[in-house]
Amino acid sequence: MNKNTLLYAGLIIFGLAGAFIFPAYKLQLSFLYILIVLAMTWDVQGGQMGYNTFGNILFFGIGMYICSSVQIGMFFDLGEWTDAGGEKTFVHTTPQFFQGLAVGLVMAAIIPTLIAGIIGYGILGLRGHYFAICTLALGIAAGEIAGGIEIIGAGQGMTVPVWPKDFGSNELSSEFFYYLSFGLAVTTFAVLRWAYSTRFGLVLNAIRDNEDKAESMGINTMRYKIIGWMVSAFFVGLAGGIMGHINGYIEPTEIAFAGPTFGVFMVLMAILGGKGTLWGPLVGAVIFHLFKEGFWTYFLGWQYVALGVLIVVIVVYFPEGLMGWLREKYPERFGEVIDEADRKAQVELK
Amino acid sequence: MDFLIFQAPMLMVQATMDGLVIGIIFALVAYGMALQWGVMNIINIAQGELVIMGGYIAYFLYIAGIHPAFGVLLSPIIMFFVGVGIYKLVINKVVDRDLFISILATFGISILAQQLMNFAFGADVVVADSGFGTLMMFDNSVVLPMSKLFSASVCIISAIILVAYMKRSKLGRAIRATAQNARAAKILGVDTEKVYAATFGINAALCGIAGACVAMTFTLHPYTGLPYTIRSFMIVIIAGLGNLPAVAVSGMGLGVFEEWSDYLLGTEFRIAAVFSLLVIILVYRRFKLARKREYLK
Repeated sequence: MNKNTLLYAGLIIFGLAGAFIFPAYKLQLSFLYILIVLAMTWDVQGGQMGYNTFGNILFFGIGMYICSSVQIGMFFDLGEWTDAGGEKTFVHTTPQFFQGLAVGLVMAAIIPTLIAGIIGYGILGLRGHYFAICTLALGIAAGEIAGGIEIIGAGQGMTVPVWPKDFGSNELSSEFFYYLSFGLAVTTFAVLRWAYSTRFGLVLNAIRDNEDKAESMGINTMRYKIIGWMVSAFFVGLAGGIMGHINGYIEPTEIAFAGPTFGVFMVLMAILGGKGTLWGPLVGAVIFHLFKEGFWTYFLGWQYVALGVLIVVIVVYFPEGLMGWLREKYPERFGEVIDEADRKAQVELK
Repeated sequence: MDFLIFQAPMLMVQATMDGLVIGIIFALVAYGMALQWGVMNIINIAQGELVIMGGYIAYFLYIAGIHPAFGVLLSPIIMFFVGVGIYKLVINKVVDRDLFISILATFGISILAQQLMNFAFGADVVVADSGFGTLMMFDNSVVLPMSKLFSASVCIISAIILVAYMKRSKLGRAIRATAQNARAAKILGVDTEKVYAATFGINAALCGIAGACVAMTFTLHPYTGLPYTIRSFMIVIIAGLGNLPAVAVSGMGLGVFEEWSDYLLGTEFRIAAVFSLLVIILVYRRFKLARKREYLK
């Protein structure tokens, strides 16, 4: 059995058994899986394609709102639900909850994907920092607009449907969403791993390296850019839908369209791990989550100060990330063949 | 036609007047951004936080019993050193790197500054009351607070002083030379490191003046910086780098747009309107350039 198979098997066993080995950390682990999805999908744009986006948070928020709204709207009046606020006068029965959740998650995947396809044609024509600022504005505008729409609770936010008590305890609920988010993370990883190994991945890298040249070689770059963004939107939308349930509450600017938190987290995780690699964002997400939880627990109140410092330090001193650093140090492990004579010649030249 | 826009023409005049006056404040911030963008090739997301910081200086003068109008003298001086400090700590390491690196690094500074201001000044919305009266026009139907008029004149005067300084002084010449070609300037004996520090400091000082005006005319809150960054970015991409009259005009245009959308759509959509306008402008320019097979550089 080769090393990679062992690694994958180990990770999957860890994930499957995690809910029972660390019952107290179930919520943290499901949160981690969501973060992994966010980091890996950000890397499709930021790392592989060279389009640094702040706007993937848009799909996260839309997915979150769509999932819950559909789930509620299928059985109750959405306006009355949000008016009632925290009062739980409406309770989903077990079949209603799961039917609603299934339809909600499907919609939470489809609608952000469509939106990415539509706006992608306009926005992905921008390059470099214009793209970055435009997507930053897009995410914040979405949050502000969601904060003004009455039916989804405006600035107050809305509660998500409560877990049906007659189906099982709250313990079962957190296990259910644990496996849902774990499944999403595994699927995302598998799909992206496959996609990077195909022509699609090569085209994305070609766009990153030199877009004009790729276009002059006959590649319809716009189509690939849009497809790439749609893939990201699909998984981020699903992650948003699940995150709404893990969190239990949706709020427009702090949770759903949270530019200064999740929107920056995903960039930071990918850069921390090493952007443009398959494993980098995953490793970055794990390290970042550990760091974040440590700070959020022991230095509560100072966490955003720490976050700001962390961003500056990583960006200024560590832009290649962990995988980039490892690659520099042990190129052989990454399948790069080094010609010793050539290397020596280069060193002497320097 | 039952549109709000035709119902109360005087309110529209009011909104237009307000917009023109506050637009001048935005234009000053945007001029600072154009300066650092043109000279150092960085985009500073923390621009808005510098404005808010400058505003708090004026606010503290007000708390101390001094008229906040003196803030427009004091806060640029303090902010100049804050700017130089930020440059020495972070910006000088990202100047000649990729633009995205500078965006992300200044995003970090912005989060940090927001949080530190939140600790230092509290999360309340504050305003420094200037105590200037109001100017009534058109049979008392249009109100123009004198504080706004004062702010606008301060911004115009400081912009004129800055332009003159850039034209006449030795440092101004060095800054312009560096903007044209940093390498050539270095060869000809310009200390570009010093020029960069001074540029960032001047930018911060401009933000300080604008911030003191904001403290008198609007409200201050630690988390309201980002819209100022987006506004100045928008003004700069409309007007182009180093075109001062265009910066002033598009600043005023943005101000009017904002006041109108505030009035027509409702205050809760004001910020959303600004951010959406940026997206629309960028996408429009992208399609316009795509016809010539070009893109925004």
